[in-house]
Amino acid sequence: MSVIVQPADLAIAALRDRGGPAQPLLSVSGLVKHFPVRKGVGGKKSVVRAVDGVDFQALKGETLGIVGESGCGKSTTAKLLMGLIERDQGEMLFDGEAVGSRAMPWRTYRRQVQMVFQDSYASLNPRMTVEASIAFGPTVNGVGSREAIERARGLLARVGLEPKRFAGRYPHELSGGQRQRVNIARALALEPRLILLDEAVSALDKSVEAQVLNLLLDLKAEFGLTYLFISHDLNVVRFICDRVMVMYLGRVAELGPSDTVLAEPAHPYTQALLASMPSLDPDNRTQAALLTGDPPNPIDPPDGCRFHPRCRLAEPVCSQATPPLAPIAPLHQAACLARQPGSGHSLAPAAEQVAA
Amino acid sequence: MTAPVTAATMALDGGIAPAASEVEPDAFVASRGYWGHVGHRLVRDPVAITAGAVILAIVVVAILSPWITPMDPYRGSMLRRLKPVGDATYWLGSDELGRDMLSRLMVGARLSLFMGVTPVLIAFVIGSSIGIVAGYVGGWTNTILMRTIDVFFAFPSVLLAIALSGALGAGIFNAIVSLTCVFVPQIARISESVTTGIRARDYIDAARLSGASALTIMRVQVLGNVVGPIFVYSTGLISVSMILASGLSFLGLGVRPPEPEWGLMLNTLRTAIYVNPTVAALPGLAIFIVSISFNLFSDGLRSAMEIRQ
Repeated sequence: MSVIVQPADLAIAALRDRGGPAQPLLSVSGLVKHFPVRKGVGGKKSVVRAVDGVDFQALKGETLGIVGESGCGKSTTAKLLMGLIERDQGEMLFDGEAVGSRAMPWRTYRRQVQMVFQDSYASLNPRMTVEASIAFGPTVNGVGSREAIERARGLLARVGLEPKRFAGRYPHELSGGQRQRVNIARALALEPRLILLDEAVSALDKSVEAQVLNLLLDLKAEFGLTYLFISHDLNVVRFICDRVMVMYLGRVAELGPSDTVLAEPAHPYTQALLASMPSLDPDNRTQAALLTGDPPNPIDPPDGCRFHPRCRLAEPVCSQATPPLAPIAPLHQAACLARQPGSGHSLAPAAEQVAA
Repeated sequence: MTAPVTAATMALDGGIAPAASEVEPDAFVASRGYWGHVGHRLVRDPVAITAGAVILAIVVVAILSPWITPMDPYRGSMLRRLKPVGDATYWLGSDELGRDMLSRLMVGARLSLFMGVTPVLIAFVIGSSIGIVAGYVGGWTNTILMRTIDVFFAFPSVLLAIALSGALGAGIFNAIVSLTCVFVPQIARISESVTTGIRARDYIDAARLSGASALTIMRVQVLGNVVGPIFVYSTGLISVSMILASGLSFLGLGVRPPEPEWGLMLNTLRTAIYVNPTVAALPGLAIFIVSISFNLFSDGLRSAMEIRQ
C-alpha cells in the first residue's frame, strides 16, 4: 500500500484481512438456537433444539464441509451464521472481531459473507433479469447502477455464462446449472471473503454438479475465498472439502480433515453415515444397515450422548454423560465417550494413548 | 461409487466451455420478460380482447363526448318527453324531461367511468402499500394493520359506502372518498397475503444478505412480484365501484342532477318504467355492459398471468 491512501481505499483495506493468516476467518462458539413450539391449543410450551451448542472454526482459505442427516441443524446453522435468524446464545468472531460489535457491525460482516442457496429457482427474483439480480447487491452498497451492471456482466463471464447471451434473460429461461452459476455470481458481486454454500449443488444432475464444483474451486483460488459447504452428499464433500464437520441433532459429532474423517471415522455416527453410502463395488456391499430409524425428536432429545439410542457402541454411561467435542488425534475431534480416556466407557482408550 | 467428478466430467470443465454445453444453440434470444409474455397471451384471448375493445371504445366516446354528442344533453323539451327507442330524432329515446338519451349516456360515461376508476386507483396505491408493509414486516406491525383492516370487513361494502357518504354528505368528492375506504381493506388484504407468500422466498433472503434496507427490498424485490395479482383484483373492483357509485347517485348521495351519470339517470327514470321501460333500462344496460367488460378483461388478465413462476 502506498503512503498516500485514499479514504475509500482505507475503508476497503480495513474491511480486509485484520488478524493475519493464522487467525480463523470465522470462529463460532456455543451457538444455540431453540424454536419455541406449543403442542395443541393451550398445550405446554416446549422448544425445538435445532442448534444446541455448536463450536467450530473456519480457517482462512479452507473449505469446511458440514454434513449430517435432514433435521440435524445444518440449515439452521447456516441461517444463524448469515444472521437471517437471530441466535439465542453463542459468539461469532469474524477475523478476530465479534460479529455485532462496534468493530464488526452486522452490516460490515454481511458484505464479507455471502450465501448460495439450494433452490436455484427460488433464490432468483422471477421478475428481474439475471444482470439486475446480480447488480442489486452492489447497487444498494453504493455502487453506481451503470458500474454495477458492468460488474454483473463481468461476473457472468467469470462463472461461464456469456454476458451478451445471458445478461438480459429471466431465471425461468435458464437451466438449473445456469441459474446456480448466476447465484454464485450474485454471491461474488459484493466481493465476500466467506461464502456459505447451502446444498448448492444438491439439486443439480451429476455432470452439471461436477462442472459447478470445479467452477467453485477455480473461484476460490482466484478470489481467495473461504467456503462453508453444507451437503448431505459425502462424495461431494470428499472432493471439495479440506475439513469436514459432522452434525447430529444440533450438535457437532465429529470434526477433522476430510481425508481422515471419511477414511477413518472416529464417531459411530460418522461410521454409520459412511456405511449407508451406496457402493458400486459388488464385493463391498453392506447387507445390514448400521443406522436404523429416524433421528430422535429434537423437541425432546435423549439425555447424555444424543446418538446413544441408535448407537451400536452404546453403554449405560452414554445415557448419563454428555460427551464433549474433544481431540482424539491432532486436528481431529470427536464427541464420543468411547474415544475419550477416563469417560467410563469400556472401549475408552487409556489416558497415555492420547497424550502420546 | 457414484463419485461426482469422474475423468470424463472433469474433462468437460474449462472456463466458458462447460456453460456452452448447457446452452441452447439459438444465440441472442431477446427476452420478453414477464409482462411481455402476459401481453402476448392476452392478445390471443378473444374474450379479453373484445372486452378490452369495448372498454376502450367507451373511454374514447366518454373523452370526446362534449364534441360528438348528437344533441345538447342538458336541453329538454316538455313536448318530447319519453320518446321510445328508435325515434327518428332521438335514436335512443328521450328521458322524463325530454333530453336526448344517447347524448346523456355518452356524457354520463365520463362521470360513471371516473367514479368507477378513481376510487380503485387511489385504493390500489394505499391498499397495496399497507398490505406490502404488513406482509413484509410481519409480527406486531402485521397484526395491528391487518386487524384494523378487518374492522372494515365487518360492514357489508354497500352499507359502508352509504354510511360514509351519508356522514360526509353528498357530492362527487365525498363519494370517491367513501368508495376508496371501501376498497382499501380488500386490496390491502390481497396484497398482504401475496407478500407473505413472497417473503419466505430465498431471493428475499438473498436481498437481505446484500445489506439492502427493508424499504429497498419492498420496492425493488417485492413490488414487481405482487403488483400483478393486485392489479388483476383491482380491475375486477372497477365494475363494483361503478355499480356502488351508481347506487350512491341513485340514493342522492353521489352526483347531483342535472349532471348526467348512469346511476342517477337510472334513478330519475325509475318513475317512467311503466310508461317506457326500454328507455328506463338504458342506463342500467350501460352500467351492465361496462362492468361485465371490466370483469371479463380482468379474468383474461388473470389467466394470461398464470405463467409458470
